[in-house]
Parts: sequence; structure tokens; C-alpha cells
Amino acid sequence: MSTTTIDSNSQSDGSSFSVGDFISKYIFSKDHKVIGIQFLFSTLLWFIVGGLLALGIRWQLAWPWTDMPVIGNMLFSAEGGQISPEFYTMLFTMHATVMIFLVIIPILAGAFGNFLIPLMIGADDMAFPTLNMLSYWFMWPAFICFSATFFCEGHGAQSGWTSYPPLSVANGDAQTFWLLGVTLVGVSSMLGSVNYMTTIIQMRAPGMTMFRLPMTIWAMFITALLQAFALPVLTAAGVMQLTDRMLGTGFFIPEGWIVNNAAMASGGGQPLLWQHLFWFYSHPAVYIMILPAMGMVSDIMPCFARKPLFGYKPMVYSICGIAGLGFVVWGHHMFVSGMHPTLGMTFMVATMMIALPSAVKTFNWLGTLHGAKIQYTTPMLFSISFVAMFVIGGLSGIFMAATPVDIFIHDTYFIVAHFHYVLFAGTAMAVFGAIYFWFPKMFGRMMNETLGKIHFALTFLFLNGTFFTMHILGAVGFPRRLADPYHYETFRHLLPMNQFMSVCAICMVSVQVIFAFNFIYSLFWGPKAGRNPWKANGLEWQAPSPPGHGNFDFQPIVYRGPYEYSSPYSEEDYYPQTTPPQDGVDESGDGHH
Amino acid sequence: MGKFWSFFFALVPILGIGLFVFAINDWAPIRGHWFPELISKSHVIDNLFNFIMYLTGAVFIGTSIVLAWIMVKYDGGSNKEPVIYSHGSHTLEVIWSIIPAVVLLFIAIYQMDAWANARMYRPTLSDGTEMPPHARVTGRQFEWKIQYPGKDGKLDTPDDLHLINDLHVPMDEDIVIRIESMDVLHSFFLPNLRVKQDVVPGMQQHIWFHAVKDGTYDIVCAELCGWGHYKMKGRLTVEPSREEFDKWLEKAYAEQETAQYSLDEE
Repeated sequence: MSTTTIDSNSQSDGSSFSVGDFISKYIFSKDHKVIGIQFLFSTLLWFIVGGLLALGIRWQLAWPWTDMPVIGNMLFSAEGGQISPEFYTMLFTMHATVMIFLVIIPILAGAFGNFLIPLMIGADDMAFPTLNMLSYWFMWPAFICFSATFFCEGHGAQSGWTSYPPLSVANGDAQTFWLLGVTLVGVSSMLGSVNYMTTIIQMRAPGMTMFRLPMTIWAMFITALLQAFALPVLTAAGVMQLTDRMLGTGFFIPEGWIVNNAAMASGGGQPLLWQHLFWFYSHPAVYIMILPAMGMVSDIMPCFARKPLFGYKPMVYSICGIAGLGFVVWGHHMFVSGMHPTLGMTFMVATMMIALPSAVKTFNWLGTLHGAKIQYTTPMLFSISFVAMFVIGGLSGIFMAATPVDIFIHDTYFIVAHFHYVLFAGTAMAVFGAIYFWFPKMFGRMMNETLGKIHFALTFLFLNGTFFTMHILGAVGFPRRLADPYHYETFRHLLPMNQFMSVCAICMVSVQVIFAFNFIYSLFWGPKAGRNPWKANGLEWQAPSPPGHGNFDFQPIVYRGPYEYSSPYSEEDYYPQTTPPQDGVDESGDGHH
Repeated sequence: MGKFWSFFFALVPILGIGLFVFAINDWAPIRGHWFPELISKSHVIDNLFNFIMYLTGAVFIGTSIVLAWIMVKYDGGSNKEPVIYSHGSHTLEVIWSIIPAVVLLFIAIYQMDAWANARMYRPTLSDGTEMPPHARVTGRQFEWKIQYPGKDGKLDTPDDLHLINDLHVPMDEDIVIRIESMDVLHSFFLPNLRVKQDVVPGMQQHIWFHAVKDGTYDIVCAELCGWGHYKMKGRLTVEPSREEFDKWLEKAYAEQETAQYSLDEE
């Protein structure tokens, strides 16, 4: 369909980009790459905050009510250096909030979506560069709102990241800032989502058909669709909770509700309504947090396997299947919520079936590695670990999908293990792999491989030490979100295991220093990368490293899909999408059997 | 490097399965790191968990072995065979779609009865009517208020017994408990009976169980209910028989009456 790019603003005509002054180039930039890198730096900084909040949780679970060394007295002088129950409640609320809304979603869609989409489809920029700039700058009011929660009474929001009413309606001012922050993050995502969909549909280079798109782009496209359809529901729900708090509307407040020994005037609402609305967004959001990672892994893996991606179309269809089913499984978060049990059965069947496309993807990744010549580079190790860890996170999901089993393991560490395997061991590891892989394109320099492998190996070991053990705690019924689980006889003997996990967690966070050093050092002193350091096929590798404003110094024309590694039609073991075929050679029978 | 990384990745399944084996068999040094003692007549949740665990465990071991083997055999540093230039296999896609689909659908259908028994079929009396609640448990920040109907069998009458965090039930009987909340969400969790249900202000719900062993057990709040969530702990006492339970009820009621009188005299 698209043979020419759209002139979306007066500047987007290839050669006529002006260099501009510092502010328009690096601060209020409309260049998708600069915006992507702005997202990357912001989210990496919040990643540090989220990681430190997690360590606070781990400290309390391993050494409850003991003084935290050094920083304890600075943070909690009133409690004599101890974490208070209120502070603990803030820690797990803000750890999840920061990691989900300020790290994972914006690093995938904001950083990599922005940076990669125009480059990988052969466009000179996004369809709406100004909207794109706004999508980043709407993050800042959100950053300010979330930061403000820390300075409210109780040092932060304390309703859990799910903010279930009526507790969240009764909680202090921090909750108001939290709701504003979530709404603003939603505005940012929505602006990005509109832009990505339009860009991918309208601005593909000549020859770039939908079925020649890299998996990253397919994943970003489906993710943008998910955000466009699910986000308005969360925004509406957030505003409803805000008016419940500020105006006394009572959407989520039942009749005759009493809190703090005072009857509330409003009523007639239903607390479960919030859970439905919240999970209607937040379940698709789980896929927003994993599909782009799957896409990036599907692009990194064939490059270092030197082999085409196994089952390209099944991979695309399974992404679509996950996204479609993702809209009808939200109730599996609510099996024990008081929702009608018959409804639980419906959601259970849909949830079981969503495991199917995930299984298909896993088998195709293994199929890609079979018969390959694997190069164990840092990005490849992270990608393989994504697959290995996603298997664990996917399989443990089946336990929760089984409604009777969920009665017991709901809100225990079993679920904590499950989503950390998907989101940390899965997505975050894929993101590390993607940073090592596309760093040369972003900054024109290579990251250090040796440091990268050490970073990978230590992170991999310590994350499993931290998270695998959570499964067996869950089997004991060890509940999440308790400031002192050892208060119960049933869980008293689990303290040593928690101490082991906390030591692993502290080590896991500490070894990220290696990554930070490698990142910053390579940014300035890494060896120059050249256009295509990995000998990869994608369009982005044909552009200069780093590409200038406007991306390509030639008009890319696409002749084939992005996974033609070790093709018999090419003399080398890769075959870039832009290389014209030799005269008279028909590449259509390309090994599909 | 293929061999090294293959072994490195294999550490997770090896150590992970080892951890599970130790936990399931209750071996030192991790005694008591598996399901808490089951005192329910029904074993269905534990059995279902085990069934899914063995099934997913087999898939986990299978994929781990395949991955470890691939990582050694197809190491680019040592593999002299040419790369298999393949874009996929229609046959394989069909096989690995249909088999998991059948298995997943089987699990989905297989568990439906257990769910219905746990959440839909409330125990009945001999005449077929729904069993009345043995007690009403009301969550409030941060305690469980427990109300027994007393001799007349009806709640909210003058002979009711009111206690805090102290739930007594007789053994070897179907027990129905009415659960409510006064303020925010709580979750009524009995780990030893595999019962968990969120309590929602404005909703009246019932849970049921059948204990087969006497003793005292934890009542856990499993839904965040505020800063004091962690200390919202109750005790479940399973009395050895209906007679013992009646005896306890009479004694507790007498204590309540005298406590009230002495309060009035002051």
C-alpha cells in the first residue's frame, strides 16, 4: 500500500532537516530517536528507584522490625530506624507502581517503540512528531505526581498498585496524586499508541508489506491496539475514583459504609465495579508488558542463530491470539473477589486457552535455535534466558488459571513468583538484551561484551535465587503484602528462606552496577560500531549509527522479510532486506515446507 | 562456550526441581516448606495442584532438556553442519497447537466440579433447604468479629454470642459461615482448609468446609485492608465433636453474660 512517506510536517522531507539549537535537538525534540532515548534514560532512572523500593520490602521480610543499617535512621528516625507497617505498605504499592507505570510500559513502548518503529519500517520519522514529543512530556507531570506521593502523609500511596476501594477512597492525599499520575501516564501511552498505529499502517517503505514486518513491529502494533482499546477504561475508572474521593460520588462505595467509626454520606456503589474496570485495562496491560519483549527476542534470536525465524506467521497469529483473548480474561484476577462463581468458570476457560498461543511461541523459539549456528553474545544470552524464564512464568500461570487451585494460592507468593518470572525474568531480561543489541544503533558505539556476560550471568543466578523459591512459599500459603507474616504460626518457620531470598535480591540489585558502568562507559568510550555490527538483516542496520534526523541516507526499498539468514540466495550468511535480488533469481520458494 | 552456557541454563531446572523435591518430601533443611497440614474432608484442591504440577513439571523438564541439547549441539563455535535454512513446518505447528489445546481444555473441564463444589453448591440440611450459617464473621480494621446465633439458631437475637478473632466449629460436620465486611475489603483465608474468600462491604457471602481434625489453626487476612493488615489474625478452633462445641458455646455465653453484668455494675 504505502509507496511514499507522508509529509506530516513541513520538515519531514528527508534532506531539509535543520540542525536546530540544543533545546529543540535534545530537549523538546520531535526526532523519534531522541524521544526514544529520553524515554530510555528516564525509565532507567526510575528502574533504580523501583529496585531500591523492592530492597526495602525484602529487608522487612528477612529482618522484620530491625534497624536498617546506615539509611534506616535517615528515613525513619521516628521509628528508631525501623520500617513501620505504613511504610511497608507504601513500599510494595510504589514498587509495583513505579515498575509497571514508569519502567516496563514506557521502556517498551516509549523507548524501544519510539526508537525502532520508524527505523525498522524504513520511515524518516513518526507520523505525528509533535504528538510524539508530547507523549514524552506528558510523562513529566506523571513523574511529579508519583514523586509527590512520597512527600504526603505516610510517605506514599498505600492502597496497593491495584488501589482497591473502599480502602483507596479512605486513604490519604497520596492516593489523589497516585490517581492523577496514573491518568497522566495513560495520556502519554494513548498519544504514543495513536502514533504507532498510524505510522505502522501508513509509513512503511516501498516493498515493506505487513508480512515482511519484523516481529518487534508486529508486537508494537498489537500493543498499540491494546492500549487504544483498554486505556480509556482505566482512565475513566481513575477519574471515578478521584470523584469518589473528592466529590463524594460513591461509584465504588456501598450503602451504609463505615470507616474510622464514621458513616460516609455517599453510597449505593459497588467495590467490585472498580476491580472489573481496573482489570479490564490491567490484564491487557500484562500483554502490553510482554508482547514487545517477545517481539524483540524474536528479532534478536534469528540474528545470532544465523537462521530464519521458525514459523513467522504462526508467531504473528499467536500475538494476535494473545491480544484478542487478553480482553476476555480479566476476571481471573477476581476468582475469590466475590464475583459470581459461574462467571469465574467462563474466565477460567478463556484463561486456559490463552496459554496456547504462548506455548506455540515458545516452541517456535526453540525451533529457531534448532539447526542453527548459535553465537553466544550478550544479547543472545538474554534472549535465550527470556525463553527459558518465560516457560517457568507461563507454566506457573496454569496453576492460577485453575479456579479451585487459585482459591488457595490467590494472593500468596505463588502469584508473586509467577508475575516476577514474566515481568522481571521475562520482560526485564529481554529489555537488557535489547539494550545490548540496539545500543550500537542508538549511540554508534558497542557495549563491552565481557562485562555484558558477567552482568547476564550474575543477574540470571540471583534472580532465580530470589524468585524460584517464592513458588514453594506460595505452596505454604505465604501471603503477599504482609508487613510481618511471621505473626502467624503457619508461616513462622519460613524466615530463613526469606533471608536467603533477600540476600539474593540484594546481590541482584548490586550487580546492576556492572550494567550501569558498561552503559555509561560505552556511551563515551566504547569502540565505534559501524552500520551493521551484528550482520543483521533489518532496515535499521542499513542506516548510519547513530542515524541522523531523518534516519536513512538513501530511500530504503524492501525485497524480502527480515529473517533471511544463511539464505542460499545470498553469498554471505545474512541477506539484508534492502539488497536487491540477483537478476532472474526467484526467491519465492524460500525453504518453507 | 555452548557447553558452558547450556550447563548454566540447566542449573535452573536442576536446582529448581531439586528444591521442589526437598519441599514435597519435607526433607531438611527446608522442613515445612510445602502445603500446610490439610484438615479438610475434601482433598480436591491439593490433588488438582499436584496434577497440574506433574503435568507442567513434565513440560518444564522436556523443554529444559531440549534447550540444553540444542545449546550444545548447535553451538556456532563447534557445529560444522550447515545451518538448516527453514522457515517453519506446517505439520509441527499443527501438532504443537493441537496437543496443548487438548490438554488445556481437559484441565479446564476437569476442574469444573471442584469449583462448583467449593463455590456454588452450598451444603443442605436433610430436608433439602440451604444450611443456615454456623456463625457470622465480619471483618473490620483490623479484627474478625464473630457472632454465633446461640440456642435459637438465629442471628441478631438477644442470645447471640459475640467474640473477637475466636472461631469455634465442630469436627466432622458441614459448616457454613456467613462472611461480611464492615469497612474495607478483607479476605477470609483458612490455609489448613484451603478456603479463601474476599469479604466485600455491602455483600453477604457464604463459605463452607468440613473439618476432619481438631486443633487450633490460623485465620489469615489475605486482602490488603490498611496499615494493620498484617496483624488481622484470628484463631480457628476445631472442637472434637458437636457435644464439645456445645459445651464450649455454653461456657463462652455464660462468660459473656457475667462480663456484661460486671460491666453494668461499674
